[in-house]
Amino acid sequence: MAEATAPTSNPKATLRMPTTLALGWRRTRIELRQFFRDKESAFFTFALPMFLMIIFGSVFNTEIAPGVTFAQYFVAGMIASGVVYTGFQNLAITIPQERDDGTLKRLQGTPMPKASYFIGKIGLVLVAYVAQVILLGIIGVLFFKLELPTEASKWLTFAWVSVLGLLCCTLLGLAFSSVPKSGRGAPAIVSPVVLVLQFTSGVFFVFSQLPVWMQHLASLFPLKWLVQGMQSVFLPESFASQTTGTDSWQLGQVALVLGIWTIGGLAVALLTFRWQSRSR
Amino acid sequence: MDNCLRNQTAKIAVPKRRVVHERLPPRGRIAAMTGAKAIEAAEVTKSYGDVKALRGVNLEIAHGQCVALLGPNGAGKTVTTEIFEGYRKRDGGDVRVLGTDPNHGDRRWKSRLGIVLQDARDLTDLTVRESVTHFSSYYPNGRTSDDVIQAVGLVEKADAKAGQLSGGQRRRLDVALGIVGRPDVLFLDEPTTGFDPEARRQFWDLIDDLKEDGTTILLTTHYLDEAEHLADQVAVINRGRVLAVDSPDALGNRQKSQAVVQWLEDGVQKSASTATPTALVGELATRLGPEIPELAILRPTLEDVYLRLIADDGGDLNIPTVAGGGSRG
Repeated sequence: MAEATAPTSNPKATLRMPTTLALGWRRTRIELRQFFRDKESAFFTFALPMFLMIIFGSVFNTEIAPGVTFAQYFVAGMIASGVVYTGFQNLAITIPQERDDGTLKRLQGTPMPKASYFIGKIGLVLVAYVAQVILLGIIGVLFFKLELPTEASKWLTFAWVSVLGLLCCTLLGLAFSSVPKSGRGAPAIVSPVVLVLQFTSGVFFVFSQLPVWMQHLASLFPLKWLVQGMQSVFLPESFASQTTGTDSWQLGQVALVLGIWTIGGLAVALLTFRWQSRSR
Repeated sequence: MDNCLRNQTAKIAVPKRRVVHERLPPRGRIAAMTGAKAIEAAEVTKSYGDVKALRGVNLEIAHGQCVALLGPNGAGKTVTTEIFEGYRKRDGGDVRVLGTDPNHGDRRWKSRLGIVLQDARDLTDLTVRESVTHFSSYYPNGRTSDDVIQAVGLVEKADAKAGQLSGGQRRRLDVALGIVGRPDVLFLDEPTTGFDPEARRQFWDLIDDLKEDGTTILLTTHYLDEAEHLADQVAVINRGRVLAVDSPDALGNRQKSQAVVQWLEDGVQKSASTATPTALVGELATRLGPEIPELAILRPTLEDVYLRLIADDGGDLNIPTVAGGGSRG
């Protein structure tokens, strides 16, 4: 074959590159398609919380405070858990798997910007969360007398707690994705973290009934505050003292703690996120 | 029969002199990078702990050329390729791919590369068409999914999920994603592993088409027939250094080296190594009559030359893995 002479100018230099945002949208769509086709992740994210809710709600369907059943209490906790499932657990498990199976390495070799990949993940988390909340909400309303709030202010609280919580958990999920050494071992490392936080943050038990040292420990982590934020939306005002020990839901503190973890998660994610396995 | 010939020809001596192509930059000095070549590498080194994976790799690939990188497992083929692709950072030396240092390649630079990696197990839940369409959108001038699927011969499997493809079909999907962006430089790391002979022929045709379009191709392979068929130049790499670069025909003075003449005389199989086989055959014809029984003249195959180069480099330990069929699973 004759050696072609070097092109004096790159003929492709004038072609426009797709924008980061456009590719972020395409990433979101492909992430969603893959997510809903993958039975394992669908189970972890949708079926498991549903089963938990039906089992716990049915077994412990007693009144824990005037006008509040455990089932209602549990719904709020599970919606808060949904933020952790879809954001933290989902990403912290699937990203190491993507690192193992070559997904990330393939993407790294393409002109798709890293930011588009992150946008895709955020889009996936957002849609999965909304779907999960609707599912849990329907079960709560139909079977466990969950009362949906009527005030706009409560829905506003729901919106900002959800968005801040998702952002926080997504970044923590990206940051934590560097911890599991392999995709295979990821669920075994990530799931216990989530489970322990659920037990200590008042998802499975009424928070005020936990030992004080456990309450203090849980207060260091975001899930306790997420639960508190969701309780302020779905439980009556009078219940606040059960969780916070005061008359208020302490939403300012909720925002503060979630905000700190968000910034921490962002910093760690930026520092440690790896496209490739450590061995490479 | 083929095996029998192989065994005979393996004894042919290839000149012991270390064959280094004259176009290589001199050792110990980093030649100025002009950017006139598609790929330029000078004295590239890379270590992992105490292990020196690359000990000064020199290589130049002109635009539109297809170069096959041959070498035993662990010789440094993949490390070299991945340094060119921007996946790994070199410790020393200099590299330019399309005039750009891969350590600082931006999106536009990446949009001109096509990369087919080893061992991809991703995208299992997407159909072939979905994957190809999606990856095409990353590029400023991506090919249509129909074109690419046709080119790699996956039309019947276009709507099958990657998880349901056979090994060879899966590999063709990888190749499809490598060429979807109309790359100027295409990296193929053992692209035909798991292909049946027919699929391999089809793949060769595809590569021939890409070469005709002016695509520069760097190919690593364990199949010497593949290198011989596809490559304009073959680069033999061993223990982290490029031992020789030449056309498949000329590698290791293949055509100029001694030939082996075989014949049957008094019921005994005889053979002689000679630089002048025609003269010997003439002499035999006079002696043994008009038709020399079981006459054969053998030249070293690419495999012989390759094995000799590796053996001369002191890579004896590596030979069994290659000689055992010339292919890795």
